[in-house]
Amino acid sequence: MLEIKNLHAGIDGKTILNGIDLTIKPGELHAIMGRNGSGKSTLANIITGRENYEVSSGTVNFNGDNILDISPENRALNGIFMSFQYPVVIPGVNNTYFLRAALNSKLKHNGLKEVNAADFMRLIREKLKLVEMDEKYLSRAVNDGFSGGEKKKNEILQMLTLEPQLSILDETDSGLDIDALKIVAEGVNNFRNKERSFLAITHYQRLLDYMKPDYVHVLIDGKIVKSGDMTLAHELEEKGYSWLEA
Amino acid sequence: MNKDTQIIDKAISQEYEYGFTTNIQQETIPPGLSENVIRLISSKKNEPKWLLDWRLKAYQKWLKMEEPDWSKLNYSKIDFQSISYYAAPKPKEKLSSLDEVDPELLDTYNKLGIPLEEQKMLANVAVDAVFDSVSVTTTFKEELEKHGVIFCSFSEAVKNHPNIVKKYLGSVVPTTDNYFAALNAAVFSDGSFVFIPKNVRCPMELSTYFRINAENTGQFERTLIIAEEGSHVSYLEGCTAPMRDENQLHAAVVELVAHKNSEIKYSTVQNWYPGDPKTGKGGIYNFVTKRGTCLGDNSKISWTQVETGSALTWKYPSCILKGDNSTGEFYSVALSNNFQQADTGTKMIHLGKNTKSTIISKGISAGKGQNTYRGGVKILKGAENARNYSQCDSILIGDECGAHTFPYIDVRNPSAQMEHEASTSRIGEDQLFYCNQRGISTEDAVSMIVNGFCKEVFNELPMEFAVEAQKLMEVSLEGSVG
Repeated sequence: MLEIKNLHAGIDGKTILNGIDLTIKPGELHAIMGRNGSGKSTLANIITGRENYEVSSGTVNFNGDNILDISPENRALNGIFMSFQYPVVIPGVNNTYFLRAALNSKLKHNGLKEVNAADFMRLIREKLKLVEMDEKYLSRAVNDGFSGGEKKKNEILQMLTLEPQLSILDETDSGLDIDALKIVAEGVNNFRNKERSFLAITHYQRLLDYMKPDYVHVLIDGKIVKSGDMTLAHELEEKGYSWLEA
Repeated sequence: MNKDTQIIDKAISQEYEYGFTTNIQQETIPPGLSENVIRLISSKKNEPKWLLDWRLKAYQKWLKMEEPDWSKLNYSKIDFQSISYYAAPKPKEKLSSLDEVDPELLDTYNKLGIPLEEQKMLANVAVDAVFDSVSVTTTFKEELEKHGVIFCSFSEAVKNHPNIVKKYLGSVVPTTDNYFAALNAAVFSDGSFVFIPKNVRCPMELSTYFRINAENTGQFERTLIIAEEGSHVSYLEGCTAPMRDENQLHAAVVELVAHKNSEIKYSTVQNWYPGDPKTGKGGIYNFVTKRGTCLGDNSKISWTQVETGSALTWKYPSCILKGDNSTGEFYSVALSNNFQQADTGTKMIHLGKNTKSTIISKGISAGKGQNTYRGGVKILKGAENARNYSQCDSILIGDECGAHTFPYIDVRNPSAQMEHEASTSRIGEDQLFYCNQRGISTEDAVSMIVNGFCKEVFNELPMEFAVEAQKLMEVSLEGSVG
């Protein structure tokens, strides 16, 4: 599904990723662990097409197509979703309205009929239960006045509604207490199936304990220095990152 | 922000959608202003002597006044002698129904998406179509007459209700109030007149669509609305103008009088030609004086405006809160794109006890647009327990525009409660990317964010007007407001 080859990239003339190779197949959950500044978020931003990030060499293919020249919204419409590390506040824009606009944009892209307000409310109420969110958050402005935990739940709510093929979870565990962490992980786990893929970016194994990734990669200085399974995450938790540094 | 800049550039290059002119035969007097011109206007309109005298007095005062230059507006001085002060469609036989209205005029309304017929049936709106300077048709008159509501052109009011006009004309905005108000008093062409009798709730929204149509003709409208004790009225004013090259001066005056326990709601959507998007050339100069007096106790005046057009906007709809417990409100969205400049706001003058005012101002700047909020809140000595809440928000799109806020507060009674909030924000790359990442295009995202920003004001507009306001916002920012 996602195939990254020898990716070199950076921002403002500074190179951050130094040759990333990563292949994620349908149904797999990959975790990328690394310290601050190791390039985790840059990788997420490159995949989703954020402006000002420059790719100097390498390829990123999604479902066989090179996506590096595709606009961010078309990448999203094609099935790439990112749960933001810092979800953005959009004052005055109703959360339900926003989410329906996003869903309708996707339905339209796929040649399907757009969903009306009443049907959408039914749909969203179901999804809301999955992340144990109060209905009051639907009538607020997007992420406006949400606690850290509610923001992250709102991201997962969007994921569950938009049903992407590839979900990038950028530090979804940061700012969450243990209850919220469980709910978020549960939301992701129930969403997993053999078609959907995930890339979870995190500092800690905590989230991974709940999500049970198929692969764990360690990112240091913009390179994947070691790959393994969940045992690698446990090892990192014990020993830290320094034993992997050259 | 490269891509966003491109989209904004696209918005800047958006042509004025309503740029068409209607070929209706016009009767126009040659450019120039003198006492004789005023006499000519007055005689063309068969006005009584008292009104001619009133005009001439105003003209004499205007001659001694100076054009104000305290605003943030930059423009070359207006040559008042190059303007023609009167244009009227060739007089035709009196019309008894819409079928008799010039089909071309009806077509104009159709182009604007506001067909009279449809409004008549669907929206329950009576339309006093002020076409250039003379009212051509008035609908729903009979229904209104049943309730004793008078809704007619200013000229008709002068003819048929001279005592009411005489009593209130200039009572809120005196001829000496300011340069442009004095000019208007001297040369005003026509406008609307509304009188709501005691304890009557006007059965429908009253609506006027203004349209500047004659080449090289200033537009000097005058509106007077009187709400008698215990009455209620909602008045809508909207306008679009044909495209043209030279500057057009517009200096309107609106006076509102609210008696005891009455309420006047005045809503405006303004979309005059903003000038050439690339050079800023042309476009309407809009110098408007709008003021209402809450004369009686428990009265209320509410101004709502959506200003998306004009090259220059100089406009401060204000409330004089004279009656005890009276309320003044001002809700405003002002958009300046390309080379547009807006210097707008309000004045709330508290005289009575327990008077309350609310100011919500939303300024949007894009392109090279300059947007200024200028507001004054004055609490006078006798205004015990007066309260004001002001909120002035600005949003910037792109990096060549500007937003300015000048709140003036003058409190002379220590029991006053004042609240002032202000914010300036930019539509951020992070917000746009967040929307893009959810599959929402940048155009739609900007539209969504701007409409969200304006929501508090749009909520104050009557339903069908709110839709039109959003439409105008989209046209004005198309490309960035999809």
